[in-house]
Amino acid sequence: MTQQGVRWTADQVLALAPDSTSRKAGSKLGTAGPWSGTGSSREGAVWGLCEGSGGAPYRTVVDTAAGAAPAYRCSCPSRKFPCKHALGLLLLWSGGEAALPVGRAPDWAEQWIAGRRRTAEKGEAGPAGSGSGPADPEGARRRAERRAERITSGATELEERLADLLRSGLATAEQSGYALWEETAARMVDAQAPGLASRVRELGAVAGSGADWPARLLEECALLHLLDQGWLHRERLPDALAATVRARVGLPSSATGPPVRDHWLVLAQYDTPDPKLTTRRIWLYGTASGLTALLLSYGAAGRAPELTLPVGLALDAELSAHPGAGGQRASLGEQFAPPVLTGTRPPGVTTTEATARYGEILRHDPWLESVPVTLDDVVPTPDGDSWQLADAEGATALPLTPAAVSRPGLWRLVALSGGAPVRVFGECGHRGFTPLTAWPTGAGEAVRLC
Amino acid sequence: MNATSPLPPPPAWEDLVTAALLGTDRRTPPGAAPGRAAPAALLDAAAAETVRRRVGLRPGRAAPRPTPAAEDPRPALPVAAARRLAFLLADRPGTGAGGRRGTAPDLMELLPQWLTAVNARGFAAPAESLPALLDAARGRTDLRPAALEFAGPRALWLARLNPDWRFALRAAPGGGASLPGPTETERTRTLWQEGLFAERVALLASIRRQDPDAARALLSATWSTERAEDRLMFLDSLRAGLGPRDEPFLEQALTDRSRNVRATAAELLSALPGSALAARMAVRAGACVAVDHTGDTPTLLVEAPHECDAAMERDGVSAKAPPGRGERSWWFGQLMEAAPLATWRARLGGRTPEQIVALPVADDWLGELHAAWCRAAVRQRDADWSRALLGVPSAPGAGGPGAVSLAERAKLLGTLPAAERADWVAGFIAAHGLSEAFQLLGVCPVPWATPLGRSVVDALNIARDAGSYPWSFSGVMGLAERCLDPEEATHLDALLAVPDEPEDASPGAGGYWAEAFQRLGRTLRLRATMTQELQAPQQHRPA
Repeated sequence: MTQQGVRWTADQVLALAPDSTSRKAGSKLGTAGPWSGTGSSREGAVWGLCEGSGGAPYRTVVDTAAGAAPAYRCSCPSRKFPCKHALGLLLLWSGGEAALPVGRAPDWAEQWIAGRRRTAEKGEAGPAGSGSGPADPEGARRRAERRAERITSGATELEERLADLLRSGLATAEQSGYALWEETAARMVDAQAPGLASRVRELGAVAGSGADWPARLLEECALLHLLDQGWLHRERLPDALAATVRARVGLPSSATGPPVRDHWLVLAQYDTPDPKLTTRRIWLYGTASGLTALLLSYGAAGRAPELTLPVGLALDAELSAHPGAGGQRASLGEQFAPPVLTGTRPPGVTTTEATARYGEILRHDPWLESVPVTLDDVVPTPDGDSWQLADAEGATALPLTPAAVSRPGLWRLVALSGGAPVRVFGECGHRGFTPLTAWPTGAGEAVRLC
Repeated sequence: MNATSPLPPPPAWEDLVTAALLGTDRRTPPGAAPGRAAPAALLDAAAAETVRRRVGLRPGRAAPRPTPAAEDPRPALPVAAARRLAFLLADRPGTGAGGRRGTAPDLMELLPQWLTAVNARGFAAPAESLPALLDAARGRTDLRPAALEFAGPRALWLARLNPDWRFALRAAPGGGASLPGPTETERTRTLWQEGLFAERVALLASIRRQDPDAARALLSATWSTERAEDRLMFLDSLRAGLGPRDEPFLEQALTDRSRNVRATAAELLSALPGSALAARMAVRAGACVAVDHTGDTPTLLVEAPHECDAAMERDGVSAKAPPGRGERSWWFGQLMEAAPLATWRARLGGRTPEQIVALPVADDWLGELHAAWCRAAVRQRDADWSRALLGVPSAPGAGGPGAVSLAERAKLLGTLPAAERADWVAGFIAAHGLSEAFQLLGVCPVPWATPLGRSVVDALNIARDAGSYPWSFSGVMGLAERCLDPEEATHLDALLAVPDEPEDASPGAGGYWAEAFQRLGRTLRLRATMTQELQAPQQHRPA
């Protein structure tokens, strides 16, 4: 592999930053000024010494060869990960060959790189070594059974609470506020059903929110009831649907599908921060298979999730699907080469095809909020206080979700379009369309909207 | 999106919602038996209906498409420069931790000159950067003209869609695409007669730039019907492109009902040395100043006017002195300020401005007289007189007659050619250091000429050796970061080390100075890189 092929753009580097403060601090260090002793290896490691406020310069080294999950090491005391020095070094690297001449790593960097490579090889040599099965299959089976029993009692309790609510009327929910839902959610956490708990918590936000809240609350209650019933009768469901129910209730799932090797385009990457946990969602599109897959990665508060695939890269790798009828989630398997920049765009569909695709997939997973879709030839169009994506040919349009209308990405999309058709990747669901990435008509790189 | 379904919602769903809202105890849901099982039956029906409704979703009707933005014919920005723009825009005030600046360049401060450079080369802004660019211009009015020129027609198109960016429509640069030119008589007249005040000011300024006579004609047609405040603003826009042919109109405005309008008209006329008003003022002023040859050395005698008559008032002299000033010296100052400087040579024995300024002045009138001549030199943009009044930069009196303030000196410098300005300020700094230099540096052309840059760096070095803290010079330091020629970066290397601390120095000052010089050097290198990026041909992009 050549270094030129894996070099990222500055935008992609900045996407690694755990928060906006780090992004800013890192971009200030992305100039040659504070750096000395910088260099890079043909294998994709970069290193350098960065002057800080203290006496000795910080030693920063980044291994980009791992592609999707670059590894960082810096002697600075920051708890941010990656720290601003690692970001600055990567920015320097993204700027071009001149700043980081190819050479031999100094000892302090070489030791770490070598140590990392050894660990990585060990990991690849024995994938079954650490993570295969538990040592005690009988104990594991008993633990799983106990958990299933607790979930069952939780689901049963939830059914009773929903029935009570419907008996006295949703109007009472508006008065009782969040407290009722928080308490029920805590019960579901006790029952080891985090999927049920988070759905219950969301119910609390629906009551009294906007004009049609009774209809939306009834929808969500009904779907929660459907999930309870699915769990309670899971042995009578088809295998795929049962797997979906298990995943939605909150049981961990692992990738069991056959590995699919493809050139996967990175269509979008975005984080949903939570005080405790940051969830990163990465959408990939297989250029040969035509499949769209979702990778999830998690990071504790203050740390960026480990998996990083900036938009605009393509990845020669194997993905394995998780079980479940929706069939979106996958895990990243072996990568055959580091990610490369690409100008390839995913093919797009019309707005009518997009809604049809959502309807189709609901037959397999009725709880699905949205599906990933690329719309081709759509014009961002103002519609009262809201916006829609209108087919350039034809009279139909998809409204944007209220959340998407209030995000700054909307204006990047509108600016990119300038009233002309664009191609837009996003999530299409019952609340509308959430644009995530857009491509201009004619030449031009993908523009992140999230 | 539910509402956009072309099918009317099935009535059953509304009934289900009503039953759910009221509770099954009060309302039996459709198609269910009352009693204990009713809630479960309602939830079953609602679940089926919810999924059915979602599966059946169809796109809605498209609203009228926006009119596409006008084409931007300018070439695209080079890739590296586009990336630089994103960095500069990401460094917005208030987004960072604040506090001490450290050694990193202040990116936001570099945006103005980056915009100037990119506009000089005529590149188009990348479309996706326009929202951030407009936000930056919204927060900083000084950025607006350059930012909007760079942002181009698509930014105006965007501004019509987002109320946050309305300012772009008001401040459209170069008269904006929407303003009619002088040849579009019909549109011009309609806009002039029906437009909002701001639009009319913009229109008048735009036409004045292209055809001064047409602008004056437009204004004089409606002059008598305009309100006094508006007349003042319109009259002020004649300042640009002022010429002898404006005289009849201005002379007429001397009889205006509004005192402010009269004063402005008089001021404009006095800036036309050939005008009748200037000649009248020359006569009045000439009567006040004479050379006295009776003593050993020739001396200027001042005889201030004894009254402010109606003719003087008509020519813009304000009769009422501000509190604390003598009436006669107040009138005298106004006469001297408005009289053409060129007439003094003949009146004062063929002396050059230098010789006139060097003459002693009797009875403490020197300050008053020279201050008035300074104002006249600025108003009449007279370089010879400015040079004479500024004097030698190294003079112990800080290069100017006693009463001349720094602000006045900065204005006098503004009338000199650019190179001479920089030389004068360089000499001033070499003689007097930096503490008074900030305002003067502000009028020097950027990047600073080599001698000026060297004298600033030398003076900073001296200030460091004197042991003061660098933030006493943060204003000059910031200017140096933005204005020093990037070529000078190599001369800074010797200053980057932390020096040994002298006994009487402020504690830790040496380290802060090294940091400040590092930031200066880094900023200069960054500016050099920024310029290169704009010159670079399109970089290779992997396919």
